[in-house]
Amino acid sequence: MTEPIARPPKKDPQKVTRPPELPPVQRSRAALAMSAAAARGVFALQRCAACGEIAYPPRDACPKCLSQQLAFEPVADGGEVIAETIIRTSTDLYFRQRTPWRIGTVRLDCGPSVVAHLHGDVTAPSRVRMVSKLDKSGNAVLMALPERETENMADDPELRELTASPKFRRVLLTDGRGAVGQAVAAALSKAGASIVFVGIAEPWKPFPGQEQLAAIPNVQIMELDLTDTISVRELSGEIGGKTDIIVNTADHVRPGGLLAQGNLVTARDSFDVNVFGLQRLAQAFGPGMRARGADGTNSAAAFVDILPVYALANTPDFGFYSASAAARHSLLQCLRAELRPGGVRVMSIFTGPVEDDWRQHVPPPKVSPGKIAEAVIAALNGGIEESFVGDVAKDIAARFLDNPKVLERELGL
Amino acid sequence: MAGTGNPRRGYRDVAVAVPVTVPYERYSIQPAHWWIARALKELTECADIRPTDLDGLSVSSFTLVPDTAVGLTQHLGLTPRWLDNIPMGGASAVVALRRAARAVEAGDASIVACVGGDANHVDSFRKLLSSFSRFAQDASYPYGYGGPNGSFALLTDHYMRTYGATREDFGKICVAQRANALTYPHAIMKTPLTLEAYLSAREIADPIHLFDCVMPCAGAEAFLVTTADIARDLGLPHATLVSTIERHNAFPDDPIQMRGGWAMDIDELYAIAGLSPDDIDVLETYDDYPVIVMMQFEDLGFCKKGEGPDFVRSHDLTSSGTFPQNTSGGQLSAGQAGAAGGYLGMVEALRQITGQSLSQQVQGVRTALVSGFGMINYDRGLCSGAAVLQGDGA
Repeated sequence: MTEPIARPPKKDPQKVTRPPELPPVQRSRAALAMSAAAARGVFALQRCAACGEIAYPPRDACPKCLSQQLAFEPVADGGEVIAETIIRTSTDLYFRQRTPWRIGTVRLDCGPSVVAHLHGDVTAPSRVRMVSKLDKSGNAVLMALPERETENMADDPELRELTASPKFRRVLLTDGRGAVGQAVAAALSKAGASIVFVGIAEPWKPFPGQEQLAAIPNVQIMELDLTDTISVRELSGEIGGKTDIIVNTADHVRPGGLLAQGNLVTARDSFDVNVFGLQRLAQAFGPGMRARGADGTNSAAAFVDILPVYALANTPDFGFYSASAAARHSLLQCLRAELRPGGVRVMSIFTGPVEDDWRQHVPPPKVSPGKIAEAVIAALNGGIEESFVGDVAKDIAARFLDNPKVLERELGL
Repeated sequence: MAGTGNPRRGYRDVAVAVPVTVPYERYSIQPAHWWIARALKELTECADIRPTDLDGLSVSSFTLVPDTAVGLTQHLGLTPRWLDNIPMGGASAVVALRRAARAVEAGDASIVACVGGDANHVDSFRKLLSSFSRFAQDASYPYGYGGPNGSFALLTDHYMRTYGATREDFGKICVAQRANALTYPHAIMKTPLTLEAYLSAREIADPIHLFDCVMPCAGAEAFLVTTADIARDLGLPHATLVSTIERHNAFPDDPIQMRGGWAMDIDELYAIAGLSPDDIDVLETYDDYPVIVMMQFEDLGFCKKGEGPDFVRSHDLTSSGTFPQNTSGGQLSAGQAGAAGGYLGMVEALRQITGQSLSQQVQGVRTALVSGFGMINYDRGLCSGAAVLQGDGA
């Protein structure tokens, strides 16, 4: 049975912070495709289109028929552990800091045998459920979980390396004025975050839900205006050293395309919040988080951004808003690479339109703030890099994967 | 099936001579080129030939990078008409011998120097691991980075579960090899090993403990392959090559390695030799971990699959015992000098059956079986080979 993790003690400033070493980073290009599937929480292995063979480790030709038509597809996740070991010594700096480390050989129901991390509640031999998750280096690794949920399962130290669980972590949520921010704050508190700092710009201005927000356990309201560099710097000076997770709920939405008259100011405002706000946040908090990626139970773990799925393709009725989302998406890719040396994950939560004042004319389906909050918690607990919330976001993502140029035309109709 | 249309043929008058060991060092500042050159120099001195008489060269080394055997020719001033570079780790010597033998038979070379040698600098083992293979990089190192210890721990765990082998059984192999090593002047390990010390050694990757692992070191091993006529003309004591096998990536559908490639080819090895396991006087197995020694007892036909533990329990594996095995201590006690580890058993067998042993000479040995095993590309060793040699004995 997994030992529940204890609430971490207050940090001793005299003690050296454990440097954020990474597990082995190098992968073949074929293996990176497995990482791409794991980034979306999918357990996928290569299947040969010619003979149906499931192949692992990732490769460039089928070991049964030499066909090169190997595509990553979701496969049955069952298997049986047939051997186990506990690694007690390693020449790798990351694992040296984390031994003993348990691994096993799992015979997958879909065919191949794989070497995998073993959850502490998995015995050998036994039936297991496989997951493919990103390790701290951002690459997919396989882990065998008990077939059925066990108590405190998420607290397993090997599994916790593959997630950004909010339990006992301190979260900064950047904008609590809206329904999305409030729902996410409540969900984070419920998920075990030890503090949820909630940013409010111009806090003297009242807003709906204000009292309920303040009443959420462990919520602390902080003054934060993402369009004001000094405001962001001041907050990072105050809480930057104890911010383990950032959830950016700020989003400046205005309708309108490129040809609408007089929208330069709103366009600039959109970019100031959605793009430069993200930049201010990353610049103020990023370096500190990157240095604290292995700092114990409440190490820095994730930078989560909630952004419209129109980051992937422009929807002309919200043309500038889409453009700011695309810039945001591009910068998240940049930030992902920049925070990776610290083992800090960047998670994109792509959403469809929510119900708000600026999208009254947008037809349903719309995403409820509660669904977005659920997705944020699921991403943190599952270590998922890209999530798509709601039917619209899922639909756009599927069309984007299928053919981005067709999607452009579909959205432009 | 491969092979049925073109069966293996035995060897005609292929001589194997001049067993050379460059004494191992735990760490050395010398590069692989230095170790290999020293082995070649000793080969020529012992055979009383000039370096230019070596018209064939077969090299195995992990640490020669960025060079291969090609670069070595210029570096060492050799002008061979036959050249081979064999990156097969523990199977290198058997494979080198097989190829050199055919070259000599065909007249493509007259005297082939086969050499395995590697450097060992303070950080070279870690660096070697990090660039070992694509599958290891993608699918084995990210899982605890135990290197070969981790892979063999899984095989050992599975073997123990399946066939009831115990740590005491593996300990018996290690203890016997240590006893043999104490008679071998070049062995790195120079103190006796008791079963108690074996059992209480620190854990490395359960069920692998410290004395299940080899000690990486620097060193080189070498021998000459030539025709029986040339060997006689040079006055070299030599063994005759009788029979060999080689196999790669055998049994890929086994969910975990329970047998090596020998199991595919072993009947042919004995059939060509006209021998049976009972005729083998001394056995040199590849022993980077004791579990693979036990598997070789099975796969080489000395007992059936799963009977390895009983076989070990019922035999004395020391040089003076009922089943002399790894008579110079194997890599477990002599040390693993990289690719030279694949040569250790071949060189030792050659000494034993030509009456030149540096370790305790096993009396009356004429027929040796040497087996090789190498390259944990992902989860299992891919290369396996074996050779039967005969000499005039001690």
